[in-house]
Amino acid sequence: MPVLTHLDHLEAESIHILREVVAETANPVMLYSIGKDSAVMLHLAMKAFHPAKPPFPLLHVDTTWKFREMIAFRDRTAEALGLKLIVHVNREGLARGIGPFTHGSALHTDVMKTEALKQALDAHGFDAAFGGARRDEEKSRAKERVVSVRAPGHRWDPRRQRPELWRLYNTRRSPGETLRVFPLSNWTELDVWLYIHREGIPVVPLYFAAERPVVERGGTLIMADDDRLPLAPGERPHLRRVRFRTLGCWPLTGAVESDADSVPAVIEEMLRATTSERQGRLIDHDGAASMEAKKREGYF
Amino acid sequence: MSGTAELESELRARERMTLLRFITCGSVDDGKSTLIGRLLHDTGALKDDQLATLAAESARIGTQGGALDFALLVDGLAAEREQGITIDVAHRYFATATRGFIVADTPGHEQYTRNMATGASTADLAVLLVDARKGLLTQTRRHAFIVATLGVRRLVLAVNKMDLVGWDRAVFEAIEAEFRAFAGRLGVTDVTAIPLSALTGANLARPAAESPWYDGPTLLHRLETVAVVEEEDADRPLRLPVQWINRPGPDFRGIAGTIAAGRLRPGDRLRVLPSGHESRVARIVTRDGDLGEAVAGQAVTLTLADAIDVARGDLIVAPDRPAAVADQFEATVIWMGEAPLLPGRSYLMKIGTATVGAVVDRLKHRVDMDTLEPLAARRLDLNGIGLCVLHLDRAIAFDAYEENRTTGGFILIDRADNATVAAGMLRFALRRAGNIHWQAFTVDKAARAAQKRQRPAVLWFTGLSGAGKSTIANRVEALLHARGHHTYALDGDNLRHGLNRDLGFTDADRVENIRRVAEVARLMVDAGLIVLVSLISPFRADRRLARERLGEGEFLEIHVDASLDVAESRDPKGLYRKARQGLIRNFTGIDSPYEPPEAPELRIDAGARTVEETAAAVLRLLEERGVVAPE
Repeated sequence: MPVLTHLDHLEAESIHILREVVAETANPVMLYSIGKDSAVMLHLAMKAFHPAKPPFPLLHVDTTWKFREMIAFRDRTAEALGLKLIVHVNREGLARGIGPFTHGSALHTDVMKTEALKQALDAHGFDAAFGGARRDEEKSRAKERVVSVRAPGHRWDPRRQRPELWRLYNTRRSPGETLRVFPLSNWTELDVWLYIHREGIPVVPLYFAAERPVVERGGTLIMADDDRLPLAPGERPHLRRVRFRTLGCWPLTGAVESDADSVPAVIEEMLRATTSERQGRLIDHDGAASMEAKKREGYF
Repeated sequence: MSGTAELESELRARERMTLLRFITCGSVDDGKSTLIGRLLHDTGALKDDQLATLAAESARIGTQGGALDFALLVDGLAAEREQGITIDVAHRYFATATRGFIVADTPGHEQYTRNMATGASTADLAVLLVDARKGLLTQTRRHAFIVATLGVRRLVLAVNKMDLVGWDRAVFEAIEAEFRAFAGRLGVTDVTAIPLSALTGANLARPAAESPWYDGPTLLHRLETVAVVEEEDADRPLRLPVQWINRPGPDFRGIAGTIAAGRLRPGDRLRVLPSGHESRVARIVTRDGDLGEAVAGQAVTLTLADAIDVARGDLIVAPDRPAAVADQFEATVIWMGEAPLLPGRSYLMKIGTATVGAVVDRLKHRVDMDTLEPLAARRLDLNGIGLCVLHLDRAIAFDAYEENRTTGGFILIDRADNATVAAGMLRFALRRAGNIHWQAFTVDKAARAAQKRQRPAVLWFTGLSGAGKSTIANRVEALLHARGHHTYALDGDNLRHGLNRDLGFTDADRVENIRRVAEVARLMVDAGLIVLVSLISPFRADRRLARERLGEGEFLEIHVDASLDVAESRDPKGLYRKARQGLIRNFTGIDSPYEPPEAPELRIDAGARTVEETAAAVLRLLEERGVVAPE
């Protein structure tokens, strides 16, 4: 008799969540952020609905500051799997010239990511959006529900969230309410990598160590992904052997020096790591409750 | 780890890890947060940057005099951290080389019932913390009661702060003995008591040198080795709630769902409930090729050998050990809504993948959370636990919760704001029919009526033409419909356009007219409906015939009593005028007699009262006779 491993359990739980929400909502969408968590979530969706295609499109909110390798990987993936991909850019924010170097990480994230996401969800009338967030990522997420109800305007009210018992998810919505759904809630960073290894899931090469041009800013290694990186007089990028533990906008994502150039090597490095993965994310450092504040505003 | 082969073997071992979900119960005072923080730290799940953040926050808002305050790790929301309270379930994760752990951490005080029930619903095991200095508290018993109610069968009693009682063996053994006796009364026999100190880590991840008299496992060892519940589920009869029908094209029809119990192999016979249709498993389809077997816990897609009707909400079961089907239950309910549970209100019930209407018909008792004894109750407030009788608007397949959490556990949803207001556990079905296999076409009048939450009946409005029978019947029907009842109106005039088109107004035709209407009404009563008949029906004998076609108490004769003068002065259809002119023959009241009922269930003085008043009088009659429930 097959004994289910912890990865089998996590996989089954995520598939159950994906199917349940598809069965009970009219117009779901999957937020595809191109990173490793999105890669796993998409892989699970391919399994959940096989031999049918996942009955929802992918949505990528493009801040126009993503690593070029991410965009190439995104387009390759959607094409290879034969899925509909919606790419949304906050045109109004773009016209205002909003960017992380000129306006700071907080405003950039708010306009090009949070606002853009709300625009896209509203424009298409999506009633449920799958996201790849995990509870172990950050403290304010430890109490997030699998199915998170958002009030009109996408506001998150921690006191109005519903208790979730057994495998029973209450997906009912009042007019104007939408759902954010997190099928990977119970996965850890280690689980994600072990699963990528087990299943042979392709991920963006930026996760693996290579010589890349970086500058050091306040102790953080920033990769010069294109010529928009403003350089101080005399400053110039140096080639260093680095990789990324998380992926986002390149000016806001710190690289780590590493020799891990394969999935097993990445896992080995993680097992020995002494810092958590969000260490490299600059937007989390505004205060311990900063992620919670962003969530209330409608950030994922 | 060094070398690729060694690394690969390490990774393969990690991929074979099993999973344990457990819940921790206790308050900050018992050292629960410290215990969890310790477990995370000692298993490497707590990283340096998180420790640094914790140290900074402990200094700023900690309650441990600047020392690491592990509670801050667990209390995730800003509001909670600043108020020093935990208002919700937090999930924590750690892993050893052989097992991954999901910890549902629940607060011991505010909202403890709701949160603890939520955390316990998916837990294989519960860790109950006791402060060795204080021994068993009312709170400990409550926590044990809640987790046992939610079906957690394995408990670890963590007797904490043993360092503060000098690792006194007698203290530990007295607490253990008292708890074992209490747990036995709850029906829980798998209890492991462990003396430990969360602060020093003694008997958490490492055996304590301080307790040479203790030869049991450390907490982590117990968590790593305890059997997980799913291993048992595979040996139980098959239960597969149908979640989604996978139809990518005309050639494939897959049934997707998560196996709740048992196992599946191609060729296995299975039955779909509540329909009772049977077929065989053709294939178990995955993206990586077909499976030869699937077991409890797996999310599968299967195809059947026969094209039988299967839909979301159905339950697939083993034909030799099927689930029961019923629509009335006794159930334990944990109330989670801000507004109290009131018997008689209608909620949505989600069980497995089915959503049905449910009314809490009766609250049998609530549990006093101090004494854990039952008390009489008329309502259940937030965090209350009670025993109630549930009526559903259609039959569902189910198992008792203690047999199967998935097919016996449910939530109630408020119809107005869609909040989850209760968690419940089915105990047993109240209708005998629920204990036998549900045969197709054994649905009877009582079943149809119960589904409609009403007693079927015929309201027979009799009286002169123009007395107002149809007007009153229309109003009554509208009111019943608004209350959610299932009705149908049979109007004498309208029937003469169809069913009775071939009949005139001779005495013989009048009798046949009434016989046909009575027969149609009888069929509709059999269908469970409340039927409103508006028919002059002037002869007592014919009305008696109609009454006799129906069961005891199902025929309610309502005499809409208007004098000939009143009726003739209204003359809404101009019939009296025509009758007086001799254009219509055998017209009741003019040249044909009307025999008023001698003992009608209700007499309405049509000249003296408004339509609203008379309709209200009819509804009162229906409530008195038990046709509909009082509002």
